Amino acid sequence: MSEELLNLTLHVWRQDGPNASGRFETYQAKEITTHMSFLEMLDVVNEELIENGKLPIAFDHDCREGICGTCGMVINGVAHGPQKLTTTCQLHMRQFNNGDEIWLEPWRASGFPVLKDLVVDRTALDRIIQAGGYISIRTGSAPEANEMPIAKAIADHAMDAAECIGCGACVAACPNASASLFTAAKISHLSLLPQGQAERQDRARQMVAQMDAEGFGGCTNHGECEEACPKGVSLRWIARMNRELVRSMVKADTPIESRKR
Amino acid sequence: MQRALTLQQTTIGKKVIMALSGLIIVGFTIGHFLGNLNLYLGPEAMDGYAEKLQSLPPLVWGTRLVLLFALGAHISSALSLWARNRQARGSRYQKRKDLATDYAARTMYWSGPILLLFIIYHLLHFTILPAHPGEVYRNVVEGFQDPLIASVYIVGNVALGFHIFHGIYSAFQTLGANHPRYNSYRRDAAIAISAAITIGNLSFPIAVLAGIVTL
Ligand code: HEM
Ligand code: SF4
Ligand code: FES
Repeated sequence: MSEELLNLTLHVWRQDGPNASGRFETYQAKEITTHMSFLEMLDVVNEELIENGKLPIAFDHDCREGICGTCGMVINGVAHGPQKLTTTCQLHMRQFNNGDEIWLEPWRASGFPVLKDLVVDRTALDRIIQAGGYISIRTGSAPEANEMPIAKAIADHAMDAAECIGCGACVAACPNASASLFTAAKISHLSLLPQGQAERQDRARQMVAQMDAEGFGGCTNHGECEEACPKGVSLRWIARMNRELVRSMVKADTPIESRKR
Repeated sequence: MQRALTLQQTTIGKKVIMALSGLIIVGFTIGHFLGNLNLYLGPEAMDGYAEKLQSLPPLVWGTRLVLLFALGAHISSALSLWARNRQARGSRYQKRKDLATDYAARTMYWSGPILLLFIIYHLLHFTILPAHPGEVYRNVVEGFQDPLIASVYIVGNVALGFHIFHGIYSAFQTLGANHPRYNSYRRDAAIAISAAITIGNLSFPIAVLAGIVTL
């Protein structure tokens, strides 16, 4: 693809802090090459803001190669922007046309309070993991790889669920700001593997209770999360989470306490 | 001490209750439609069918009780999830593009309340305050000859069609039935059942308006 220079108009959500009220501000992104990534485009805009003595636009990022789950913003109404199966950091400017207007907003969810501009606090997802997204094993030196044989089909299946990078786009895209896809992916990946069986009974109850306590909404089976997910995590894991929850509620011998945030 | 968490306190549990109660009502709706086919067999068949049902109070009242309970559970869970889901978004997006949501899914909170109003009207019209008690065939035909009343039934049943299309499809997912091998059939089943009930129910007022079914 030939290189082209783009001039774009950005409408960016600016919010000074968690308790400040936010507003949109408009910036021009000039002479952006189509080879740039979306975050590089924002870097260019930020350079100019800094040169003019203004505060740069705050956004989250780390690996910039689509694996860590740190980046993410809603671009023209779509979490992670217009390219399917792509994180914001892996989105490239060739997806845009000269003269485009681009609206940039943070993930909007009560469970993800805005820290600054496009940066949100996603520790709610960490607390869901802490509630049950773990296995109890002896740590230390790496175990012998073939000690516990797992059928290839099962391993692949678990890997599909384990692809979740915890970016939170599913919450951002859901009309109810539900964290179901994330929680379901984590519950499923552990419950499929032999290592995950010991805590299986309580895992779904604990993690779902925490998900609800964080103020996320419920699933209405619209499928927006699956479309937005950069890793193609499937809705089928939500069906599996529901089965796991009912199963562990029906079989429960130990009551699970309701959780607080 | 904190209270122990029960299934119906979780968002998923509430959704399971909506799916089960919804499916109970769908089951009734199928039976209700099949019974109404007697309309095409004439006054004797229709009135005789109604009389037979009325001669079985345990069946009639048992069904009413189950439906009332199901509807109550369905609506209270819907309200509770609705309030929660509104709060969960917090601030609204300036721009928002739906990528997967279809018309039926987007309008569940419209089609549901329209259905509730329709059900209340329908019960008042035929069950609680019928024009000619005991003459079911006459009540239906005379009622539908009024285009205004017929259009209330048409709107109500179109809402029903959309509601149970997303409802049936969604209930599979809620109850944990999702496998690539049969997923395409989930949608097909939802289309087939909702289309059969809706087209069948719509045929009654249309047949009367068109003069095919007369007094
Ligand atoms: C009478 C008033 C009614 C109200 C207010 C109502 C409301 C709702 C709402 C808000 C939903 C959830 C939509 C979503 O999650 O996106 C729903 C789901 C559903 N409704 Fe209703 N509804 C009503 C009547 C009915 C009737 C008459 C039927 C069946 C004939 C029905 C069958 C269903 C089913 C099967 C579901 C799916 C549950 C699931 O997603 O798992 N509903 N309803
Ligand atoms: S399920 Fe997908 S969208 Fe949700 S957190 Fe995981 S990777 Fe991100
Ligand atoms: S910065 Fe790591 S996934 Fe985008």
